[in-house]
Amino acid sequence: MIGGVGYGGLVIALVASLTAVITSIYGARTHSAAVLESARRAAKVTFPLLTISILALLYLLVSGHFEYSYVYQTTDLEMPFYLKLAALWGGQEGSLLFWCWLLAGFSFLVVIRRWKSEQDLLPWVIAVTSFTLLFFLILVVFFENPFLRYFITTDGEVTRALFQPMMTAQANPTNGAGLNPLLRHFGMVFHPPALYLGFTGFVIPFAYAVAALISGHTDDQWLKLTRRWSLAAWLFLSLGLVLGSRWAYDVLGWGGYWGWDPVEISALMPWLTGTAYLHSAVTQEKRGLFKHWTIALIILTFCLVIFGTFLTRSGLLSSVHAFSQSAIGPAFFVFIIIMFTGSLGLLLYRWSALRSGEQINSFFSRESAFLFNNLLFIAILLICLTGVLFPIFSELLTDRKVTVGPPFYESAAGPLFALLLLLMGIVPLTMWGVSTAKNLGRQLWRPALVALAAPLAALASGVQKWIALLAVWLVFFAVFATLWDTSRAVSLRASSHQESAWKAFVAQVRHYRRRYGGYLIHIGVSLMALGIIGIEFFQTTTQGMIAVNETLNLSGYTFTYQKLEVFDTTDGRNRALATVVISKGDLLLKTVHPGRDYYYASQQSVTLPGVRSTLADDLYVILVDWQPITSEGATLKIFRNPLINWLWIGSGILVLGTLVALWPAGERKKIMLPRGIDQ
Amino acid sequence: MSEDLRAVNSRQRFRINKFVIGGVLLLAAVVLLVITSLKGNAQYYLTVEELTAGKAGQSASVRVSGVVLGDTIRYDQQTLDLTFSVAHIPGDNDEIEALGGLASVLHSASLDPNAARLRVKYSGVKPDLLKNEAQAIMTGSMGADGVFYAEELLLKCPSRYEEGVPEQAAP
Repeated sequence: MIGGVGYGGLVIALVASLTAVITSIYGARTHSAAVLESARRAAKVTFPLLTISILALLYLLVSGHFEYSYVYQTTDLEMPFYLKLAALWGGQEGSLLFWCWLLAGFSFLVVIRRWKSEQDLLPWVIAVTSFTLLFFLILVVFFENPFLRYFITTDGEVTRALFQPMMTAQANPTNGAGLNPLLRHFGMVFHPPALYLGFTGFVIPFAYAVAALISGHTDDQWLKLTRRWSLAAWLFLSLGLVLGSRWAYDVLGWGGYWGWDPVEISALMPWLTGTAYLHSAVTQEKRGLFKHWTIALIILTFCLVIFGTFLTRSGLLSSVHAFSQSAIGPAFFVFIIIMFTGSLGLLLYRWSALRSGEQINSFFSRESAFLFNNLLFIAILLICLTGVLFPIFSELLTDRKVTVGPPFYESAAGPLFALLLLLMGIVPLTMWGVSTAKNLGRQLWRPALVALAAPLAALASGVQKWIALLAVWLVFFAVFATLWDTSRAVSLRASSHQESAWKAFVAQVRHYRRRYGGYLIHIGVSLMALGIIGIEFFQTTTQGMIAVNETLNLSGYTFTYQKLEVFDTTDGRNRALATVVISKGDLLLKTVHPGRDYYYASQQSVTLPGVRSTLADDLYVILVDWQPITSEGATLKIFRNPLINWLWIGSGILVLGTLVALWPAGERKKIMLPRGIDQ
Repeated sequence: MSEDLRAVNSRQRFRINKFVIGGVLLLAAVVLLVITSLKGNAQYYLTVEELTAGKAGQSASVRVSGVVLGDTIRYDQQTLDLTFSVAHIPGDNDEIEALGGLASVLHSASLDPNAARLRVKYSGVKPDLLKNEAQAIMTGSMGADGVFYAEELLLKCPSRYEEGVPEQAAP
């Protein structure tokens, strides 16, 4: 019954989005206000309808209706409540429905807020978002239906169907198979929704860009209207990537945070073009440059979002991420081709209208730096695409599948990431418009020199890898240059306004939220780089089988194995938990409990690392094995991951910086005036 | 006046050319970077059959995929040396789908006594997912002793809901 309601919501939403596509195009072409109004209503109603479907599925998940195959496959009776809710995106069908719901929610926000002021663009925006929604709803309704139930035929076969087929009895499982134990983590609650919010969020700026191209309003209006959409989408995408990384670090058992797996790369690719897009958009707003390029980047970002979804769900790639494979690949392929060629064709059609007449006048100007930033992001994208598609093309061309692993990405993209760091240091000290090498050099030498202190200190403490020293210098150069420019602006304001330094700083940030938000993001990214340098270049490890009260040593730390407990938990796990005391010299630092959970139902074990975290390093202890009967000896593997926490701290600063840039600026309201007034 | 403009124009064209040259140089550098990185790091992705038939040739590093045979797993707690055998599964995705999906391919391959098998050695922490009927994707090289020495070991258990046949409550 509840399932029927949920499925009904889906079907009506599908009809509504189809109506919205047709009426919005027809209404825009005939300039019929009445038709457009019905388009708007149709677009609006998809959100409440899909909310009903989502609530229905959530109800089924939480109340344990295991006769529904999706509920059976993603939950069981023992799972905690929050994981039952998160099971909504724990499988293909539910996560696609969740995708649809978010997209419908975003278009809902667009049409209720600004219908009057954007009458030229909105019909086409509705057409694009509704078409995208229609595509995903077709997948959910016809191919990946989350509301299928199990039925048993007279000869004992189990089938799945929406309605009870003839000659069958409804199945009545007492318990579900449960979520994959590796997914039973807090990361499961936040990582997928953040990624999906990022993915679907980019649909809105894309829809506006296409609307601008179709309607011929190729000025900056679409860009200004979607500035905060894009930033928010970028924020969620960044957050999704970082949360996934943190989750992997916590559960993979060896402190891995990024493995260049195809699924990871397919989420990174839209982030790369999205970041390039944000920079290109700033240049267009400030200097009227890169207009074609900005639109091309948002088209690319949207297509990469869809492409990534396609790659991870079609089973085309071999990845360790446990996505189910299904038959929706070809449909995705057709959709991507339509969107990519369609929007690219529109861009070419409006090519001359987008010409601005502005040019870059100086090699050392800020716009020039932004251009190089864009080129570097695109270069990294090409490397990612090469790596991901190489197995497919090599098999097509030579009949032998050739793959590339992390070393390829590291050696090809590593130098480009280093150049990006360098550029991040240079950019705050450049100026829009005209600038010379001499001018720039005069600004640069001080932070460049001060930053040398960091690699020199590292050298003094025994670091000898020159690449690591260079990387450390790049990080500190980027941070110092940013701080340098900020302090210069603050002291200028403080002396001209006769204010205290703090007051001047606050005023400065309030006035130029986007610039200082960007600066904060840059500092965050630099610190993230520091964490990556730490674990990549300086990770140390040891291992050994030791008896109770014996010790292992690593990088000056002593690890004493004290005891092991093995017991059953109340929710179907057998847990082995060791007690290990970490000390340095005579100083006792922390007691950690590395262990392992064994899930009886799925016969699957999950490693629980014991970690001592500080700003200097993580000591990451894993219980590899133990003597089952005597529990006298245990095998421990220990990693020391220097500086890794700066990766997470940097991510936090990145989020903060994006929020500063997103914060609505009161004095900028003028831009939002209805179009009619200045015409 | 118009001469001035022309002068500005040609100067701008000159500057844009500088960007074109810079862009081309950057592109060339990236292509070079990709090619050199590919040369050092590309690996053949083979099935167990292909690998045991010597299809890897002289390649130092290859990637191979197979199904883990649970009762062959041996783990030395002292040295963290892990050995196990994998059996052949098809490499082609369409073929796997045609045979009823990854889960059933893994299941039947693990029971097939005639499937090509490969002995694997790996040193390190025993992965949580290493168990019977898991798909192992390994990167490493063949030793002269016919054992595959894996440097990287990734495991994949197909999500349960491909097989999902619920047990019944009493009617």
